This record gives sequence, C-alpha cells and structure tokens, in this order.
Amino acid sequence: MSPTIRACPLRALLLVAAACGCGTAFAADLRTPDSFSGIADKAERSRALFVEAGKVIQSPRCLNCHPGGERPTQGADMHLHRPLVVRGPDDKGAIGMRCMTCHQSANFEPSGLPGHPLWHVAPKSMAWQERSLAQICAQIKDPRRNGGKSMAQMQEHMASDTLVGWAWQPGGTREPAPGTQAQFGALIAAWIDTGAVCPR
Amino acid sequence: MTVSLNVNGQTREVDADPATPLLWVIREDLGLTGTKYGCGIAQCGACTVHVDGETLRSCSAPVSAVGGRKVVTIEGVSSPAARAVQKAWVELDVVQCGYCQSGQIMSATALLEKKPRPSDEDIDHAMAGNICRCGTYQRIRAAIHAAAKQLA
Repeated sequence: MSPTIRACPLRALLLVAAACGCGTAFAADLRTPDSFSGIADKAERSRALFVEAGKVIQSPRCLNCHPGGERPTQGADMHLHRPLVVRGPDDKGAIGMRCMTCHQSANFEPSGLPGHPLWHVAPKSMAWQERSLAQICAQIKDPRRNGGKSMAQMQEHMASDTLVGWAWQPGGTREPAPGTQAQFGALIAAWIDTGAVCPR
Repeated sequence: MTVSLNVNGQTREVDADPATPLLWVIREDLGLTGTKYGCGIAQCGACTVHVDGETLRSCSAPVSAVGGRKVVTIEGVSSPAARAVQKAWVELDVVQCGYCQSGQIMSATALLEKKPRPSDEDIDHAMAGNICRCGTYQRIRAAIHAAAKQLA
C-alpha cells in the first residue's frame, strides 16, 4: 500500500470504489431531473425519471409499510414485522395491538422504535410489495387505487407528506431512503411533466 | 422539569426529563411496580399500560408523549372487563411465574373492552405482542374466552 493511501483511509476507499467500477454513485444518491435531459425522447425520459424515483419507492423504508397482505415487514431485509402485527380494519393494527401501541409520534431513540403521529400501513390498494415497478407506477396513477389523488396531489404527497418524509429520517440504525424527499419530489414532478409514462 | 400526569384517576406531578420512558416514571417516581420491565424495546409486552383506553408499551414512550391523557396501570384497571379478566385468571389458574402477567392482563382487558366476544384470531392478534416465557398462552386464551362469557 502506498504511503498516501495509508495516510488517508477515505481516499483508499474511493480508489477501491473507482477500481471496481462503483464510481461515485453511492446507493444513497439520487440523480437530478436535469441529468436526464440527454434523453431526447420525452416518453423515454419520463420512464427513466420514474425508474430513478423507483429507487426510493422500492427501498425497504417505503416497501415495509406497503405490504400486499395483512402483515407489514421491517428491516433492510424486509422480514415480517416482529412482534406479529396485522393491518386490521383501518390499517392501524388490530384491536388491542394498534400501531400506536408501540410506535409513538416520533422516533424514540432509547429503544430504537420509529415513530410518527400517523403511523400506519398503506391500504391494500396501495400495496407495493411483490409488484413490479411498472405495476406500482400504474397503481400510483390510478385514482381508484391511489386514494383518489390527482397527479398534482400525488406529487404533493410524495414531496411533502411527513409520513413519506420519515423514510429519510428513520432513526436508529436504519438506512434512509436514497437522496432526499426534495430530490424525490423533484423527480416525481419531472416525471409528471414529461407525461407520467410508466416503465415497461 | 415537572411533568404532570393523570395516572389511575389521579393527577400526579413528577420531576423528570421529558424523554424519560413512561415506565421509569411509573415504577421509579410513582412507585407503581406492578408494570414490569421486560425487554425495553417494545418486544415483550410486560410494560403494557392503557392510555385513553388503548394499550401502550410504556418502556418505549417518552413521558412527554402522554400529556394529559389518562394512564391506567395494572394497579388501577377496574372496568367490568378488567374484573372479568381477573376472575377468569384466578379460576383458570393462568399464572405460572407471573412476571409477564400484568402486561397480559392489560392487553386482554383492552381487547375485551372493545370486543366483548373476541374470536381466537382476535385474541391471537391482540395478544401477539405479549410474550410469556412460561408458555401460558393456551390458558390465557381460555381465560379471555371465559371472561368474555362472564361479560355476556
């Protein structure tokens, strides 16, 4: 090992990353909408923008609470939630075992529990687990399955909703969703502006 | 700082950091030691209390989150459902070592207060977060059904 590398471990890491082709695109990054301007075809650009936003949508921070069945998952490996919990009739848990039985209005660092005032599981119509990004895209655009939202309302939801925003401030040792909520919102806005075309 | 709480129908004031887990305040400051410390991460249910009638794991909630809401611990739970649970627990001799049982009783009571005739599935879902290392689960389920019959 060269003296320079020995003196600077971070630089050594970057060199290793470059050598293995990882470049500077760390998993936690998101591209900006402008970086897609080189794609001349508008529909193709729109698809590419949604695929980029999909890095957030399909991150464990988001998927864990968009289960297809009755039980949410947790953790980076998306194991079934422990203890056993179910979405219940209102997506906020079972009688006697509500989401708020454990999850309070904010992350609670002493015990590592995540929290938000509106902690709940996404409705079944908004399930993302076990669906392709193309299927999720179609679902997001469908007012019958997206909570009756227009595309403008959907963009607002993605960019500003504080429960969505929890994904970037998950507390504990959880890895946040890629990028920032503002970057994610900008990608969704650009995707809508280019026709909200879904991936194939 | 001084924190005001409504516990078992009484307003209590304690000197506590707002971030202190409610369980610590209940046990250490108020001396109500029926609520147990089990895991400290809301995985076992031993610390279950009621806040405005809903179950809450007091080990993982800051005392500041409770505010003026009504906290009920095992020492103060006294609804008809709670009395039916207590009677059934004795009749079926549910308890083995007993450490988890105050949490079990608080969860069972909360279930019966909202669903007086629960199904096995209702019981499983409501009680899934209450661990019993003695394995008294079958007697717990039977006692909840027995309590439900008393309430009918």
